[in-house]
Amino acid sequence: MIYGAILAGGVGSRMQNTDIPKQFLELDGKPIIIHTLEKMLMNDRLDVVYIGINPSWLSFCEDLVKKNGCASDRVRIVAGGADRNGTIINIINDIKAHATVTDEDIIVTHDAVRPFLTQRIIDDNIDAAIKHGACDTVVKASDTIVRSEGGDFITEIPDRKPLYQGQTPQSFKINLLQKCFDEMTEEESAILTDACKICVLKGYPVALVEGEVLNFKITTVGDYQMARAMLLIK
Amino acid sequence: MINYVYQLIKPRTITVKYKNLATDSDRVIIRPEYMSICHADQRYYKGERDAAVLRKKLPMALIHEAMGRVVCDPTGTFKVGEKVIMIPNVPGTPVEKTYPNYLRDSKFCSSGYDGFMRELVDLPADRVVSCEGVDPTIAAISEFISVVFHAADRFEHARQTDLHSIGVWGDGGLGYLVALVLKYLYPHAQLNVIGLDETKLSRFTFADKTYNSTALPEDFHVDHAFECCGGAGCYYAGNQIIDVINPQGTVVLMGVSEKEVPLNTRMVLERGLTLVGSSRSDRVDFENVVKFLRAPGMADRVSRIVTEVTEVKCIDDIHDAFSLDQTNPFKTVIKWSI
Repeated sequence: MIYGAILAGGVGSRMQNTDIPKQFLELDGKPIIIHTLEKMLMNDRLDVVYIGINPSWLSFCEDLVKKNGCASDRVRIVAGGADRNGTIINIINDIKAHATVTDEDIIVTHDAVRPFLTQRIIDDNIDAAIKHGACDTVVKASDTIVRSEGGDFITEIPDRKPLYQGQTPQSFKINLLQKCFDEMTEEESAILTDACKICVLKGYPVALVEGEVLNFKITTVGDYQMARAMLLIK
Repeated sequence: MINYVYQLIKPRTITVKYKNLATDSDRVIIRPEYMSICHADQRYYKGERDAAVLRKKLPMALIHEAMGRVVCDPTGTFKVGEKVIMIPNVPGTPVEKTYPNYLRDSKFCSSGYDGFMRELVDLPADRVVSCEGVDPTIAAISEFISVVFHAADRFEHARQTDLHSIGVWGDGGLGYLVALVLKYLYPHAQLNVIGLDETKLSRFTFADKTYNSTALPEDFHVDHAFECCGGAGCYYAGNQIIDVINPQGTVVLMGVSEKEVPLNTRMVLERGLTLVGSSRSDRVDFENVVKFLRAPGMADRVSRIVTEVTEVKCIDDIHDAFSLDQTNPFKTVIKWSI
């Protein structure tokens, strides 16, 4: 089985002085998270698509999914955890409550606020996770990256060639990811928020999947304006 | 849902248009899998259309020959995952005894309206035809073959005399398909193919006879003819046909020329010829194509002209595909992995 997992566990910072988390902001007549969900539902390789949502927004999200005609056996909504990994763990636990997970089962995790996801990226993630066990979606770094230890002066300017910017989806064989989570110490759990980083630290290869520059995360007012401009919204 | 539409904004320049695609309508949503480049697409891509035409029609997504996989069908007509051909014609207001493809208010994807170079395509269910079981690289050129079936239908309605022999002028992809479909529809008629390139003509193994157009025997005649050359060849082929066709024969004109073509109309009158212009197709022609491709040996014969299959994953790959097609005398099929 191949599972999609839309991560919307946090409430994060507000945008546009609204009271609602940014994944629920409207973009051309539809909440951002619904755009993302629909994109995943259009990929028929995904057997089930999960939404991991902050518990206080659970019923709100359920209503939205229903209202937008996306409610079906393929969509499951679960409460998110305290952090990103906690949300993934909750989703995996729900998968296990519904089915026996084999070593071949895959989870494709994706940020709710990246609605410019493409079918090609989803497919490439699934293929890479099947082949290598884990993968991360990236684009080549186009700006020069500057490293500064104290924030006042440049410590280093790394060579840009081997640098990439991470996006999502991040996809894994479920049992491999579970093993990584199980092997984490409490200290590691507190500081490691990126599931791919956990795999790398535990010694598992994580393949690169080419993303799209515009598969960006809508986190600031500027991002939101850019998304609206891309859709030619006046 | 945000859909990626790959539009030609000016010759040789393609950018993505992000478009909100409604999922709550009664349209079938299809993920294109294989598509084929037509000469018309190349003319837009290379900027060979008149500047005023380019100004009017661009930006738009190219490609009107494509097959794909159904990913969502609120009408319940198709199963999710079903392989289908997409029909680019959008019929206008019906007019009695007029084919939908000739109506003034009909629209056509990739001619003023977005073609199939999109991440996902939404179409009314009647613009979708199942092609389960057909090789997808062959199904990709179904629209091209449907144009041939439509021309054959026009011919059958127009011809006034018996059909003992047919001539097909043109040794390219269109000529090949016209000849093949005519052999399929009229197996007992003598099928002659007239072209310029011996290598290309050698592919027409199912034809009864092939001829070099510069060396036609003096006593060569046909009852009816199909002109499939296009471009400057329309002039030479058209007038040669008028010279050799039997009285009251029917000439089906299929080759596209950007320039006006002077034809020997005096002889058209003298021989009482019928000239039939044929362009595009409609749903019934696509249905006939699927039957044809399922007939023994036909898909295999069609595959002889699918000479390049190339994968597209990004815009640079689209440019590579159009460049590859420019040196390919037959059909280039794109595996659409966007």
